Amino acid sequence: MSLLEVDHLTIDYKTRRGIVRAVNDVSFSMKKGETLGLVGESGSGKSTLGLSLVRLVPFPGVIRSGHIRVEKKDIVSLRDKEMRSIRGSKIAFVFQDPMTSLNPVKRIGDHFIEFLRTHTPHISKKEALKRAKNILDELGIPNERINDYPHQFSGGMRQRIMIGLAIALNPSLVIADEPTTALDVIVQDKILGILKDLSRAHDMALILITHDLSIVLERCDNIFVMYAGHQVEYGKSEELYRDPKHPYTQKLLQSIPNIELADQKLDAIPGSPPDLLNLPKGCPFWPRCPHVMAICRIKVPPIISLGSGHLVKCFLYGGTES
Amino acid sequence: MSTIWSVEHLRKYFPVQKSFFERLFTRKTEYVKAVDDVDFSIRRGEVFTLAGESGCGKTTTGMLLARLIEPTSGKMFFEGKNIGMLRGEELRRLRRKIQIIFQDPYASLNPRMKIGKTVGHPLEIHGLAKGSEKGKKVLEVLGEVGLTPPEKFVDLYPHQLSGGQRQRVAVARSIILRPEFIVADEPVSMIDVSIRTTIIDLMLDLREKLGLTYLFITHDLAVAKYISDRIAIMYLGKIVELSEKTELFSNPLHPYTMALLSAIPLPNPERKRQTIELKGEVPSAIRIPSGCRFHPRCFAATEICSQQEPKLTLVGSDHFVACYYPGARPEQNG
Repeated sequence: MSLLEVDHLTIDYKTRRGIVRAVNDVSFSMKKGETLGLVGESGSGKSTLGLSLVRLVPFPGVIRSGHIRVEKKDIVSLRDKEMRSIRGSKIAFVFQDPMTSLNPVKRIGDHFIEFLRTHTPHISKKEALKRAKNILDELGIPNERINDYPHQFSGGMRQRIMIGLAIALNPSLVIADEPTTALDVIVQDKILGILKDLSRAHDMALILITHDLSIVLERCDNIFVMYAGHQVEYGKSEELYRDPKHPYTQKLLQSIPNIELADQKLDAIPGSPPDLLNLPKGCPFWPRCPHVMAICRIKVPPIISLGSGHLVKCFLYGGTES
Repeated sequence: MSTIWSVEHLRKYFPVQKSFFERLFTRKTEYVKAVDDVDFSIRRGEVFTLAGESGCGKTTTGMLLARLIEPTSGKMFFEGKNIGMLRGEELRRLRRKIQIIFQDPYASLNPRMKIGKTVGHPLEIHGLAKGSEKGKKVLEVLGEVGLTPPEKFVDLYPHQLSGGQRQRVAVARSIILRPEFIVADEPVSMIDVSIRTTIIDLMLDLREKLGLTYLFITHDLAVAKYISDRIAIMYLGKIVELSEKTELFSNPLHPYTMALLSAIPLPNPERKRQTIELKGEVPSAIRIPSGCRFHPRCFAATEICSQQEPKLTLVGSDHFVACYYPGARPEQNG
C-alpha cells in the first residue's frame, strides 16, 4: 500500500519580482518503510517540496495545484488544526540546523515532554520522560544527559536529539532536510546510519533531502532528482547508478568524486543552475544539455515511463510526436 | 622540485575570553591550541592539502601562512626567509607573492564594488598599475579565469553573478599580482556540485600557466583526492599523517586516517562500505589529551600512547605518520 502520494504538485512563491515556481508539476509515491533520496542543487525546489509534505512552505509560498495524500487522506485541503495533529505524529520533519532548531533555554527532557504532551495530552510528565529516555537510549545518548541544555551537546549529538524528537511519536514518514550538511564526515556517517537503522527497525519511511548524490546512492532505495523545480528523473538507486537516463543525472554522476577510483576524470556541467525568475522556455535544462534538440527549447518534456518504475522527463525518450 | 615553504614547530594559541568574575577567581589563562607544533614543507608547483574535521586547525594554518595572523611560536620559511614576524613594508612586499581565496564567494566580494574594481584593487594597493594599464590587466585576468567576454563582466556587481562566477572573480583577484603561492580555503565547498569541477580545473590550469603553488584546505577528502599532490591529515592541531595522495588512500597508516576514510560515502549503491567506528567525539582544543591526542578514541591505543606524544616519522617513501602502531587494524566487531 502506498503511504504517500504526491500528485501533480505545483508550488509558487509570489515575490515582488515575479512568480517563482519552486515545484513544477511533481508526482511520486512512496511505500511503507521505503527510503527515498531527494537530490538537487541549490534552487532545485527540493526543500520546498519537503516542507510542503508537512504543509510548512514558508510565506509567500502557496500550493498552486495538485494533491498530497498521506494514507489516502489529502492534506492540501486540511484545516490547520487537523494538519497539526498529523504533523509530528504521522509525518515528522528533521531540519538542517540542529543549532537553531532546539530551544536554548530548555532542557532536552523538557523538549520531549512538551512535544509528547502536545500530541498526547493525557500522558503524564513521568511517562513522557520515560519515553524520552528510551529514545535517547536508542540513539546512543547517555540517559543522565536528559537534564542538559542544548549548548552542552556537540553538533552531532544535537542532530541526534532532533531525530529523537522526530521519531518520538512513531511517525510513518520522516523527512530529513540536509540533516548532516553542517557535520563532519565521521559524524555524518553515524547520523545517517542511525536514520537508516531507525527506518528499518520501526518500518518508517524516510525522505532524505540532500545535494550530495553519494549519500543518497549509498543509503536510499529510490532516488528522485530535481532540477529547477522539475522532477527530471526517478528510479531505483541501482538503476540510476548503472543506467542514468536524463542528461542532467548522467552529468551529475560524472561530476562527483569517488575515492575508490584511481585517476578519476571528473566532469562538470557547463553554465550554471538557472535563475528561477528567468527560466528558459521549454525544458529548464536545455541551455546546459549536451543533447539539446529543437523541441526542447519550445516545450516542456512529458514524464516518460521506462518500465519498472523508472521515470524520466526528457524528449530523448519519446513524447516528441504529439 | 625545490621547497617553497618550510614550516617548523608552528604554533598558534588563542587565549580564551573569560568573564569578569572568572578573571577574579582564576589566575591561569587558558588557550585554544588551534595549531600545536606542526612541521611540514611545501614543494614548488605542488598542490599541498590540509584536510581534517572542523576545529582541527587547518584554516588557522592557512591564515598563518598567508600572514593574516601571527604565529605564537615557530618558524615559517617562505623561499628560505622566515616570514613569521615580518611587518610594514617588508610584509606588504611579501603579500604580492602570497594570495588567498576564501570559501564563501558571497561574503568575500564587496557587494558595492563592480567586478572590475574588485579585481583591479590589488594593483592599486600595491601601486603597480593605474588607469588604462590597470584596466587592460583586469580584462586580461578576467579572460584567464574564463569570465568571457571580460568587457561584459567589468561593470557588473557581484549580485548579478552566479556562485561559480563569483568564485572565478575571487580567483581573478588572487592572481592579478602574479603571486607564487595561493592559500585556497575550501574554495569549492559552497559551489554547486555540477560546476565544482570547473573551478577546480581552473585552479589546476592556472597552476600550469602561472607556475603557482597551492595550499588547499578542505574537509572533503574526495575533493582532496582529486586536486592534491600530497595530503596532510590534521587532528586537533597536529598533523597525524602526511603522504602522497594515492599512497594515503590505498595505504592509510594512522588509525584516525583509516576511520576518516572509512566514513566517506561511496557513490555506488552496489558497494558496501565497512565503517571503522571511533569512540566518543573530538575533544576540546583547550584540554588536549595527554600523549597522543587521539589515544582516547583510538582502537589501537596502549599505555605509552597516553604518556608520550608520537612524532611525525617517515615510514615509507614520502609517507609520514605520527603513531606508535602505524597500520594497526581495528579488531573485528570491536
